[in-house]
Amino acid sequence: MEHNDKPHIVSYKTYGLVLLALIVLTVLSVAITSIDLGPLTITGALVLASLKTILVLMIFMHLKFDNRMFTFMFIFVLFSIVSIIIITFLDYLYR
Amino acid sequence: MHEEHRDDTGTKIGMWLFIFTELLLFGGLFIVYSVYRYLHPTAFHLAAEELDVFVGTLNTIILLISSATIAMSITAIQKGSKKLALALLGATIFLALIFMVNKYFEWGVKFEKGLYPGSFQLAELGHGDTLFWGLYFFMTGLHAIHIIIGIIIIGFMMFYIWKDQITSDNFVFLENSGLYWHLVDIIWIFLFPLFYLIT
Repeated sequence: MEHNDKPHIVSYKTYGLVLLALIVLTVLSVAITSIDLGPLTITGALVLASLKTILVLMIFMHLKFDNRMFTFMFIFVLFSIVSIIIITFLDYLYR
Repeated sequence: MHEEHRDDTGTKIGMWLFIFTELLLFGGLFIVYSVYRYLHPTAFHLAAEELDVFVGTLNTIILLISSATIAMSITAIQKGSKKLALALLGATIFLALIFMVNKYFEWGVKFEKGLYPGSFQLAELGHGDTLFWGLYFFMTGLHAIHIIIGIIIIGFMMFYIWKDQITSDNFVFLENSGLYWHLVDIIWIFLFPLFYLIT
């Protein structure tokens, strides 16, 4: 009764494909930042890093298969961090 | 044999709470980095060009592969293949060590150039450079400490698997170690573009 939910077994193939996607995104971010896109460079690099993080969280860290509660907890923390970043920059940009 | 009392979901909630504190710790450091970058754009631009994108990319890929191997080790233990799980964890430790060796040489080059906190060279270069290299060594150093701790934790997991204390129906500690290792990976996923790519 204490052993909770039935564990979900993720196949080796899924992990392999996610790894491949992560490496492709890494190479892509190197390529995108090596050409001069002005302020878009930072945006591009951070968007790709976020995509990689989502893949790691959903598949490697099992958020997709685990109890939904973990995802909600994570979103709450993410929301806090993003709020702090936005408030800090509002302060610096408009002081 | 009596049924032991166990709460896997509770154990995992504890691990996630720890991960959240780590995210806030590094999140704070990322904010410090962004603000100083905003205040000293030229110095940060020139200093970031000193970093070797190739070594950074290599280390990123090494860490991504190590994340995949530790994730696969959980599948292996769930399917009951003890040897494969041990081999995959061994590969994870091996990749982590390569990451540290690369880091050692990378830091060594910076030290040779006199770019380390408290050096005369940095004092002459001014505020922006001092801040960049201070943050570079502090953030990659803190990340490297996490890698070393991770290697020790994974070592313990291999010992427990070998002793049959982690099995196909009791692997929550391996899962939590995996979560920790992926966290270290995620931190690097952001450190890499912020320090190496955006110049």
